[in-house]
Amino acid sequence: MIVAERKPMEEILQMIAPYKKVLLAGCATCVAICWTGGEKEVGILASQLRLARGKEGSKIDTVEATVERQCEKEMVEELRDKVKGVEAVLSLACGAGIQTLAEVFEDKPVFPAVNTTFLGSPEGEGVWLENCGACGDCFLDRTGGICPMVRCAKGILNGPCGGTRKGGKCEIDPDKDCGWVLIYRRLEKQGRLDLMRKYYPPKNFRAVKRPGKMKAIKA
Amino acid sequence: MNGEIIAFCCEHSAYAAADAAGKQGLHSPEKLRVIRVPCAGRVDIIHMLKALEEGAAAVLVLGCEDGLCQHLTGNVRAKERVKYSGMLLTEVGIDGGRVGMFNLAANAPHKFIKIVNEVNERIKERER
Amino acid sequence: MARDFRETLKTKDFVVTAEAAPIKGSSVERSLEHIELLKDKVDALNVTDNQSSVMRYPSVGVCLLIKEHGGEAVLQVTCRDRNRLAIQADLLFAWSRGVRNVLCLTGDSIDVGDHKEAKPVFDLESVQLIHLVHTLNSGKDMTGNELSGGTDFCIGTTATPSADPIEPQLVKVQKKLEAGVDFIQTQAVYDLDELKRFMEFVRKHDQKVKVLLGIVPVIGAKMAQYMNENVPGIFVPQYIIDELAQAPKGTGINKGIEIAARLIRKAKEDKLCDGAHIMFIGKEERVPEILEAAGLL
Repeated sequence: MIVAERKPMEEILQMIAPYKKVLLAGCATCVAICWTGGEKEVGILASQLRLARGKEGSKIDTVEATVERQCEKEMVEELRDKVKGVEAVLSLACGAGIQTLAEVFEDKPVFPAVNTTFLGSPEGEGVWLENCGACGDCFLDRTGGICPMVRCAKGILNGPCGGTRKGGKCEIDPDKDCGWVLIYRRLEKQGRLDLMRKYYPPKNFRAVKRPGKMKAIKA
Repeated sequence: MNGEIIAFCCEHSAYAAADAAGKQGLHSPEKLRVIRVPCAGRVDIIHMLKALEEGAAAVLVLGCEDGLCQHLTGNVRAKERVKYSGMLLTEVGIDGGRVGMFNLAANAPHKFIKIVNEVNERIKERER
Repeated sequence: MARDFRETLKTKDFVVTAEAAPIKGSSVERSLEHIELLKDKVDALNVTDNQSSVMRYPSVGVCLLIKEHGGEAVLQVTCRDRNRLAIQADLLFAWSRGVRNVLCLTGDSIDVGDHKEAKPVFDLESVQLIHLVHTLNSGKDMTGNELSGGTDFCIGTTATPSADPIEPQLVKVQKKLEAGVDFIQTQAVYDLDELKRFMEFVRKHDQKVKVLLGIVPVIGAKMAQYMNENVPGIFVPQYIIDELAQAPKGTGINKGIEIAARLIRKAKEDKLCDGAHIMFIGKEERVPEILEAAGLL
């Protein structure tokens, strides 16, 4: 799912500095699950903003609302009355949600309270790891189900690079595993190392032309 | 809650201690407000933040001693939440020391009084 | 005078190359000094490409200087800063100006360098780059278009014999050998048993490729530890760190040179590989001492 992290407090305060009445809009899906932008987090951030602004002597009036999925226009519509009464909206949803909200309420300044970072899965409670690069040309069949685009820090297709640290850790971050060592171990376990021994030609980086668009047909 | 010391007290430990202190006529700060909770773990981050928003001088969470929580880990969770609340407050320029976690037993009214009086002293010093 | 490196690889028993890192800036003074000092003492001079992701004067620039001054150059090309169009274009330019040898690398990560917010490219990596050079050598570009003037590069690459775990690295090395390389310059090796193990593997798959042992002199215990933690692909073993720690104060560099020369001598005497590649980062002017101590001058 989509993982996001709250922006540094200074950035948020700076964004909403000119406004006296702000709606904090949360989302009950991805950002709620990674404890960044759900109803609870909306409440806490609103409280922090009131405390901060109260302290500097420029009180802020906050309205709080959380929708099921902020990336759906119909669900964002539910906020219309609340949005009408405020000067700006501070969204805690992922980038998709923030933009949907901004599009539905085009005349209102909308600000991101979070940085959307990656698609990932929980590695443990409260710990998220990126595992999909949304490259539009999925390679998982050839790597035992481990994505070389993002689990490898350099995104290479014929890995590993020469910088792997001792013990199979990544050149860039000693706390992260070298994606290609993981791929090697997975394929070795399955007796399919021949997949890793194959030469993979340069990737098609234009599989998804930004902005990506998909027309789906309902089954 | 103007200038009050809000003390969330677990009914199995701190609340009983506070009650006993009252019955023994021990002297506690005038602005102390005791709130009874079934477990320290019932107190959430937003409760602490809101209390401060509404003017509390300090927010205390008082629960059972380590390892003796009737609900097993309520006091452990409370400690984590108090710590995190402190960080959230610091982020907005407010003294994170205004929230605190304490552990005591039901039969420790003197400890209860000591805790709340010390907190009161620290508040008075800060005001000077 | 410079001899064609491809020829040298075919005919010389023990090939020696060294590295000259460009300076950060447009002034080529220092590079010219290194070139004058080393061009006749080694079989070829490698020029690094924004080494360690630190922005510097381009590799091809110093390669041209080497050619102008009668030396033999190896152009190092990484995949970190350029996409496939730029790499092909740069190789055509290099060829047109007399550069004949290319070392194909994936490239260090942006994070170890001094422009930490830059966008990493990695459109290709080293194996794909080797294939790319072969394609240009065959007179075509990557998408099959005929070139008005192709190339005939001598192709080299790197390998990390000290990698741990080694097996995934060897899978990669095999792919490089299958792609076809004329020479391999390894990352620093301090334990010749690792070199032996590596050579066994290489020879199983390719009897013709020339392997040059990578030598990175370490001039102190602290430097060794720093390199272990911060320089990708380098693993200085504890016994070398201990040997350095025991050297009297101020003699670190000499100790480092001694150890380096020792490794080269042994590799040459025992015919463990086909040569040595000396990388004395920032101390290129001391390379002749290593060559001397190793009996190569």
